[in-house]
Amino acid sequence: MTWDTQRAAGIIETYKHLDGPALPVLRALQLEFGHVPDEAVAQVAEALNLSRAEVHGIVTFYHDFRRAPGGRTDLKICRAEACQAMGGDALADEARKRLGVDWHGTTQDGEVTLEPMFCLGLCSVAPAAQVGDRLVARADWPKIEEALRKCRR
Amino acid sequence: MPTLTRIYVPADSAALALGADDVATAIAAEAKRLGAAVEIVRNGSRGMHWLEPLVEVQTASGRIGYGPVTAADVPGLIKTGLLEGGAHPLCLGDPAQHPFLARQTRWTFVRCGIIDPVSWDDYTAHGGGQGLARARAQGAQATLEAITASGLRGRGGAGFPAGIKWRTVHDAPGDTKYVVCNADEGDSGTFADRMVMEGDPFALLEGMVICGLAVGARKGFIYIRSEYPRAIAVLEHALVVARANGLFEDCAIELRIGAGSYVCGEETALLESLEGKRGQVRAKPPLPAHHGLFGKPTVVNNVLTLATVPEILVRGAEAYAALGTGRSRGTLPFQLAGNIKHGGLFEAPFGLTLGDIIDDIGGGTATGRPVRAVQVGGPLGAYFPRALFDTPLDYEAFAARDGLVGHGGVVVFDDSVDMARQARFAMEFCAAESCGKCTPCRVGSVRGMEVIDKILAGRDVDAHLALLDDLCNTLRLGSLCALGGFVPYPVLSAVRHFPQDFRRP
Repeated sequence: MTWDTQRAAGIIETYKHLDGPALPVLRALQLEFGHVPDEAVAQVAEALNLSRAEVHGIVTFYHDFRRAPGGRTDLKICRAEACQAMGGDALADEARKRLGVDWHGTTQDGEVTLEPMFCLGLCSVAPAAQVGDRLVARADWPKIEEALRKCRR
Repeated sequence: MPTLTRIYVPADSAALALGADDVATAIAAEAKRLGAAVEIVRNGSRGMHWLEPLVEVQTASGRIGYGPVTAADVPGLIKTGLLEGGAHPLCLGDPAQHPFLARQTRWTFVRCGIIDPVSWDDYTAHGGGQGLARARAQGAQATLEAITASGLRGRGGAGFPAGIKWRTVHDAPGDTKYVVCNADEGDSGTFADRMVMEGDPFALLEGMVICGLAVGARKGFIYIRSEYPRAIAVLEHALVVARANGLFEDCAIELRIGAGSYVCGEETALLESLEGKRGQVRAKPPLPAHHGLFGKPTVVNNVLTLATVPEILVRGAEAYAALGTGRSRGTLPFQLAGNIKHGGLFEAPFGLTLGDIIDDIGGGTATGRPVRAVQVGGPLGAYFPRALFDTPLDYEAFAARDGLVGHGGVVVFDDSVDMARQARFAMEFCAAESCGKCTPCRVGSVRGMEVIDKILAGRDVDAHLALLDDLCNTLRLGSLCALGGFVPYPVLSAVRHFPQDFRRP
């Protein structure tokens, strides 16, 4: 969704009363708009009485915050040790090859953004992936493709 | 009206990731088609993840389990009498009698997988709420004494005695104090916090309120990682139910969600993040117990620590302290992960050996190949070879062998693992997740990757191994927190126990 100052102001207002509101505010903005653009940094700084540098510092510190829009569905593949022990590296290589993108990249049709992640807590049923809202255990490429298909529906 | 048959289909993340939602949908559809009256309960997981989705049916003679069930199995299962607990190749009998569960000693996980996680009635019918009633009746001093006497230590990894931490916050001056639950379970190979939050969230909330009563805090925060969407959803639901049932009269609990930073699992970085800042580590002292969230005295405890508290008050500190070995008292929920045949959660008193856990309970590797290395305690834990499988799981015994019990995660690798790559990954991970505040961690981890790359390329191997050792010493002694301070564990243990992987022809 494209940035909308008024909508953003409403979201900020919802969380502003919390103790230490910056993260809940930024998370809600990211959920709504799919990313946290420069306009958001300025607006959040103004609303929370922080400097723009402070908000920029927060946004760039955390992996979850995206500065530009991603694809329609996020494909997150766990890169951590338990998944490595079950062929996670090979799965990650295959995903990059099949999608034709590297980490953080979005496919040309704008459908899928590939993200590395560290641990979904599915270490006993590794390797693990998350496709949109769907969790995939003992993941292989056919299972991921099926989950991607279901997300498109 | 016919009586409802109660069917349990776990909605734990591991079960969901193996298709539990499809199974639940198939059961509902098939029951409807046959005109059978069923009530489907979405419970947590019992912890036998290789059998998930593990469907259970409530029969007159107790619960009968079936697993692993796929949606395609459902019509056949119902046809052969699933609703009556009938025989089937997938039938496991009473899950509680399964050897994997029967051998456990469950305190923290006493209700997980058994109850409906968001039903207050189910919770109280299974003993929930009694710990808080005890705490309210006996007063703060008696609770502090009980937690101290139980020997409970922080389950997040550091193993600091919970009683001492609570006492310090209780004794600290000031009217405003906080309880913070560290639910930023980022270590690979660990999922016990996730399972409690998804399977028995009220136990955690009750433990936090008891802590609040004991230390004089009227406000609590749960800081959960964003990578746990299911746990977040269950907790949000549980908070609403708990509030409606008056759980938060003495201490109100609020849920906060992280944003993908591993280092925020470090308690001072977590506090910074809760305050709405970059998750940068603070120098200690001052300790959070004196100067924590918003500068106020704060208890920061892990999910497992807090979720065990109610059960300790119910069954008694002495009973808990009677379990375990040495200074590691009580039980630890071990998590069997990676290349393991019987992966899942196993709660037992401290003292089982690594070999017991992996060979006997875990059944060896999933691939059927020999076990070559085991990483215990997350990405910052040491790699142990089979020669060290006699090490008892106990904080001090592991430390004596340059390892960590940590949060109890056990990640198994078979003989195809390349330990030099694992050592490099540890440095790479540290570099990616370093908060950047201290130089040894921020710069040292990058230099560590480069040195290992040179070793892998066969350049001046002896000199670079010596350099790596020296660098690890700098990280160990000079870092502000455990991220830089402990990354030498996986790196140096790999070099020490698997030297051949670092010297290639």
